[in-house]
Amino acid sequence: MKTKFQQFKASYFLYSFRRDMVAMASFAVLVIFLVIAFAAPWISPMNPYDSANIDIMNSEIPPMWMDGGSVEFPLGTDNQGRDMLSTMFYGLRTSIIIGLGAVAIQAAIGIVLGLMAGYLGGKTDAILMRLADIQFSFPYLMVAIFMSAIFQVVFGAGSFEQMAIPLLTIIIGLSNWPMFARTIRASVMGEKNKEYVEAARVIGLPQRIIMFRHILPNALTSVMVISTIQVANAVMSEAALSFLGLGMPVTKPSLGSLIRSGQEYFFSGSWWITVLPGLWLVLFVLVINLLGDWLRDVLNPKLYKG
Amino acid sequence: MTTHQTHLLTVENVDKHFDISGGFLDQLAFKGGVHLEKTTVKAVNNVSLFVNKGETLSVVGESGCGKSTLARVILGLYRPNAGKVFYDGQRIDHLSHEQWLPYRRKMQMIFQDPYASLNPRKTVRQTLEEPLRFHNPKMTAQEAVDKVAYVMEQVGVDPGWIGRYPHEFSGGQRQRISIARGLILDPDFIVADEPVSALDVSIQAQILNLLMDLREKHDLTYLFITHDLSVVRHISSRVAVLYLGTVCELASANDLFESPRHPYTRALLSAIPKVGEKKAKHIKLKGEVPTPVNLPSGCVFHGRCVYARDRCRKEFPPLNELPNGSFVSCHGVEEGWDLN
Amino acid sequence: MSHLLEVRDLEVKFALRSGDITAIDGASFTLDPGERMGLVGESGAGKSVTGFAIINLISKPGFISRGSIHFEGNEISAYSPARMRRIRGNRISMIFQDPMMTLNPVYTIGFQMIETLQAHRNISKAQARAIALDKLQKVYIPSPEKRLSQYPHELSGGMRQRIIIAISLLADPAIIIADEPTTALDVTIQAEIMDLLQELCENEKMGLILITHDLGVVSQVTEKIAVMYAGKIIEYGPTETVVHHPVHPYTIGLIGSIPGTIEPGKDLKQIPGMMPTLTNIPPGCAFNPRCELAAEICTQKTPVLEEKQNGIMAACHMK
Repeated sequence: MKTKFQQFKASYFLYSFRRDMVAMASFAVLVIFLVIAFAAPWISPMNPYDSANIDIMNSEIPPMWMDGGSVEFPLGTDNQGRDMLSTMFYGLRTSIIIGLGAVAIQAAIGIVLGLMAGYLGGKTDAILMRLADIQFSFPYLMVAIFMSAIFQVVFGAGSFEQMAIPLLTIIIGLSNWPMFARTIRASVMGEKNKEYVEAARVIGLPQRIIMFRHILPNALTSVMVISTIQVANAVMSEAALSFLGLGMPVTKPSLGSLIRSGQEYFFSGSWWITVLPGLWLVLFVLVINLLGDWLRDVLNPKLYKG
Repeated sequence: MTTHQTHLLTVENVDKHFDISGGFLDQLAFKGGVHLEKTTVKAVNNVSLFVNKGETLSVVGESGCGKSTLARVILGLYRPNAGKVFYDGQRIDHLSHEQWLPYRRKMQMIFQDPYASLNPRKTVRQTLEEPLRFHNPKMTAQEAVDKVAYVMEQVGVDPGWIGRYPHEFSGGQRQRISIARGLILDPDFIVADEPVSALDVSIQAQILNLLMDLREKHDLTYLFITHDLSVVRHISSRVAVLYLGTVCELASANDLFESPRHPYTRALLSAIPKVGEKKAKHIKLKGEVPTPVNLPSGCVFHGRCVYARDRCRKEFPPLNELPNGSFVSCHGVEEGWDLN
Repeated sequence: MSHLLEVRDLEVKFALRSGDITAIDGASFTLDPGERMGLVGESGAGKSVTGFAIINLISKPGFISRGSIHFEGNEISAYSPARMRRIRGNRISMIFQDPMMTLNPVYTIGFQMIETLQAHRNISKAQARAIALDKLQKVYIPSPEKRLSQYPHELSGGMRQRIIIAISLLADPAIIIADEPTTALDVTIQAEIMDLLQELCENEKMGLILITHDLGVVSQVTEKIAVMYAGKIIEYGPTETVVHHPVHPYTIGLIGSIPGTIEPGKDLKQIPGMMPTLTNIPPGCAFNPRCELAAEICTQKTPVLEEKQNGIMAACHMK
């Protein structure tokens, strides 16, 4: 028998990946991003979260290729004198952690509710899907703003700074589950009428096992595709919330709060504080979306040609 | 037909209707004022039949006649709207999930589509071990593997392929695995829902032979659902002919094929293309099969029957026993009209 | 001298990632006006591809790699797509298993028939409508006037297949290729459609190529038969003779495996194993691993289709 690795090497998945330049380039860039994000504490020139490293005298130094730039700060500094490059590395790290965490929450809620709605049908389906409709009819930013306001009131603005990462993860996670629920529900409805599900019922297996062990694994393909896109969306949501001042505090900047903090200095000439993290964010979201598109094409059985 | 003690399985006056009217908005009707309108598919109507131990009862009929629904009612996948199902003298149609479990070991099912009936993400071993482990929690891993290997051999699949996934097998082999899953709990009664109609002729013969061998070896009783009459003749002891969810004729295979009584059975038999026979005379039916949403009044077949008289349009013909032990639901047969 | 259709040494290949595979390997047969031929085989034997190849409708990555298709005195295998369109649906019509493949669900039957006619011929709408009605009557559709204004979903499966036959008759074709036309239908309807096809061929002197897996249907409707196995025609001859006195061991096995040919309750004759996939055809005779007569030569040399007995051609070393 072939090993898993040999099977993977011979698969259509890998074949189409190696033929697609865009997918390969996106993947390479994404890997670089991930390495940077998780190695940030070791590869950054300085730790921007440590106030001992920050000298306000160094504020608003332009990137090194411009007049007044310095090799010490390759991409310049922000208004507080933090090295832009380090801040962007750390910001990316924060954004990715929140993005992945939020998607994990979305997926957990969405998969369970979508599975129940799709398999049980009837009233359960009607109630859960109307719930999803209601959540969808609020702009998700509004939901997120609403929830973060509540959290700030309950825990106080001071401790909010401490708990910003888990809170943002939960807020973004809770506000976007209907995407997952709907996708899963649709594929479960397709699966549940197949004969292997009836076979499991004839054996007498309980509903719980049929749902999670038989149907779910067959419905997960669609989850893979939306998960990638949703990571990009969650990173964008985080940036948007932070930009609005409801996200990461300025002391622990994510990409969004970095863009926000530079916005005031934009017209006074210090454009790099906003533009560089902005480009950084755009590039990151772009490669995820490109990969997600490619994945959807590959995994869509209608487009599949052996 | 009510002496269900002597039969392995008895179905009594079973109805199964499906509500397909959809949500509240779909049901709104504006004809003659605003009101809610329900649409029901009457898939199985007042069906009674029985299966003796050790025999093969075939249920035949054309698409939409309710034969698959009937199979699923018998196995408790659907709850009937009316009527009763008895297995070995015990009523089973109203049982809860837990109460059903002991019967799950005795009653199993084989499915039509070998490509849909096996979970694509499970290996043969997982597919076959799951029912074993579920019903025998105390079984050791070695016992389970031995049993799986034994059953795989019985159905003609090399036990060495135990770790493979369904997509690595051909349609015929998959159907063998599906049969193995049906056999693994050592059932007494198997419902086979069109088990060979998705297969090529040469593979179909292999599977039919296998099913007949297994019946001998394991003392099985089959309820065989199919639309293919030549298969029916080959394997069944008795046959029930279904039309629009109603039994028209229930007779031994020999009687049914030699001297069919119900006009629908006759038309059906005359339409089978037989190898080596030049153009037989087909009995032509008039009109088209009505939908099970709007069942005709009286005899459900009257709209297509050339012998239909007034009584057929008004009165539903009961399933009457004939001297030779067949059951026929036809006013014409009952009253001895000239049906030739 | 010449036949209506003469296919000679037709070879169709599919260019795949792993290399070319041969889907049809040297098929030859002829069809005369009014003649009905059955093309029989199991799924994957190449019977549908043969049908598509005749009207040059093989989709990529498939292509005709060799052979000639002679129709009404012309070599049509090399026709340009534009010239081929004038033959397809006009001189040669095709009927598929699923009527909805041909019918457009958003237009009425009448619209689709009239449109088809006006695309091929320069006639007025009223004339086209008259022809459409005439064809609907030919296929015994009750109240044809009413059908013209109906949509496909309002009709039953059998009725749709009749409509398809009526549409394929619109241009008075010389040949109809019917690919499993009744597989999706019930037996009673199947019998009616088959009667209809046979009658049309007799009355209109049309050739019929009936592609099916059902030997019963073929033996009732056709006059000659070509049995395909793994891309090759392995037996070819008059239906009566082939069905009663088959020569090739595969045909013998195939007929023996049909329930109804032997006594009920007895084991069916079964052919062991299964047909090889096209990527994996054994050397020599493709049937040799399943054949009880197989000798050494069968694994070395590919048998050719040659005259054996009673006018049957078969590809077998042992007969």
